[in-house]
Amino acid sequence: MKYLHLVWASLFRRKTRTILTLVSIIAAFLLFGLLDAVRTSFNQAGQSANGAERLQTGSKLSFIQTLPIALQQQMEQVPGVKKVTYANWFGGAYQDPHNQVFSFAVAPNYLDLYPEVAVSDAERKAFAETRTGALVGERLAQRFHWKVGDKIPLQSTIFPDRAGSKNWSFDIVGILHATDKKSGGFFDQMFLLHWKYFDDTTPYNRGTAGWYVSRVADVNQADRVAKAIDALSANSDHETRTQTEQAATANWMKQLADIGLIVGSIMGAVFFTLLLLSGNTMMQAVRERTSELAVLKTIGFSNRSVLAMVLAESLLLLLLGGVIGLALATALIPVVSAGSGGMLNLPVVGADSWVLGFALMLLIGLLVGALPASSAMRLNIVDALAGR
Amino acid sequence: MGKLIEIRDLSKVYERGKQKVEVLHHINLEVDEGDFLALMGPSGSGKTTLLNLIGGLDLPSGGSISVGGQRIDQLGTAALAKWRAANVGFVFQFYNLMPMLSAQRNVELPLLLTKLSSAERRKRAAIALQLVGLADRAAHKPGELSGGQQQRVSIARAIVSDPTLLVCDEPTGDLDRNSAEEVLALLRALNRDHGKTVLMVTHDPKAAEYANHTLQLDKGTLVEAEAAMA
Repeated sequence: MKYLHLVWASLFRRKTRTILTLVSIIAAFLLFGLLDAVRTSFNQAGQSANGAERLQTGSKLSFIQTLPIALQQQMEQVPGVKKVTYANWFGGAYQDPHNQVFSFAVAPNYLDLYPEVAVSDAERKAFAETRTGALVGERLAQRFHWKVGDKIPLQSTIFPDRAGSKNWSFDIVGILHATDKKSGGFFDQMFLLHWKYFDDTTPYNRGTAGWYVSRVADVNQADRVAKAIDALSANSDHETRTQTEQAATANWMKQLADIGLIVGSIMGAVFFTLLLLSGNTMMQAVRERTSELAVLKTIGFSNRSVLAMVLAESLLLLLLGGVIGLALATALIPVVSAGSGGMLNLPVVGADSWVLGFALMLLIGLLVGALPASSAMRLNIVDALAGR
Repeated sequence: MGKLIEIRDLSKVYERGKQKVEVLHHINLEVDEGDFLALMGPSGSGKTTLLNLIGGLDLPSGGSISVGGQRIDQLGTAALAKWRAANVGFVFQFYNLMPMLSAQRNVELPLLLTKLSSAERRKRAAIALQLVGLADRAAHKPGELSGGQQQRVSIARAIVSDPTLLVCDEPTGDLDRNSAEEVLALLRALNRDHGKTVLMVTHDPKAAEYANHTLQLDKGTLVEAEAAMA
């Protein structure tokens, strides 16, 4: 600690250069914090405690292939299955195709399998009794300023009605609330409509379901139950694949985009650039202090002390920028989430992200400082003082 | 008074590419404790090389150097660094202060290598600055001081850890006459009043007049020793 003032003073010897490098480090770790939140958000989807009891059954061929509705009854007969429901993707957009809404046409018992979604009994009753009724997530309702009693138009990006129009009309009868915002924030953005209304209205569906969801009696039997469900359709024209909700969600996300790979690639490129940039700064900083380092050695600082001081300088630079960057990400994430009007529900920068962030700061700091620190350590006093 | 420095058959050879350059040839020299010695000679005569060897900044190619009874030519790099910290104060022509640190912090630098507390380090640095007449400039950075003042700060840094030996390489080479005389008077006071042994390389005969003795080096050999003005 007694060398801290010396390390600090050396770091800010060229204020402008150090501040510009700091800004780059802050930007890199701000980006890391935001992208890691996106990755975490995707990873958390489907990871609720209730999700562990649920299996999702879809077509083995593709998630756009539908399954016969008669499968529900057969699935309910499989030992270990407590309840089965089904849903279809609706693909709605509100007013503008850019305003995509996570909209599902669901069976009447759909919410029985999702206890983590709260909706009042009165609203649920109203939904059951209203053919064109819709239940909407609270953040979705906030985003478009919807309230119970509103009649709203929704355009399906896929399904037309029998007259060929893709404009659908719904009556909002209730608001959905996710009880666990961390893992179930998705439900706050959902739009549920009746499968029956959907199936009767569009000529494209013809009595099929997009996927089934079943609740198992014993989580430890989930694997056996999944195999038994898939055996029902073996060698048919609608073979199924059943997996846990978590695995299904992860697969679905991967079909949209491999978020982990995208985030990893972006951060890899950012940190590689940061490595070169900070490395250049540190090399320059040490090169122009050759005579000062020689003086330190002259008055008795050992080679190791000089090595440690240059490494400490580089670590301090990275820690300073990294902590500010991650702190900014922590402050900005709620703002970004709020600004997205409910489309993004990013988790706060958690302990895992901070630990990973600190590990990156230390690793980059050591890598960046290694070469200049080694040069400083090997500096020959006589040559350096003579300006050779 | 005992001998502080004893040099026997000292040689130094530098390798410049494939060429070997013998800078010092079989030097023999003894310096008394509490002496003030000026080393003079033309450029390239080996003055600074000899000073570097005595100060433990470099190792000889042959011969031996004892300072205070310690064979410093036999010490390894780390031991030599420790020895320098405890026994030698250095004064350079271009002051070589840390530009981003205040005078106080510059003077404190050698004390960072000791186990002294922060308060004790500050106190000793303040005394050293007072001794060189710069107590009121403690908070100033080198860029805010004149050349003479900077050199006095560097002398304060050299004496703060109370070394036996002061090694000065052209300490007045970058100063005007008045500042040079102030610095030389300070070195003489440190020698006379505080018993420091001073070895000074200089080109300036007037500076050499402040020393007790002057030694002449030419082409790596001691050619002449004359009594200087006391």
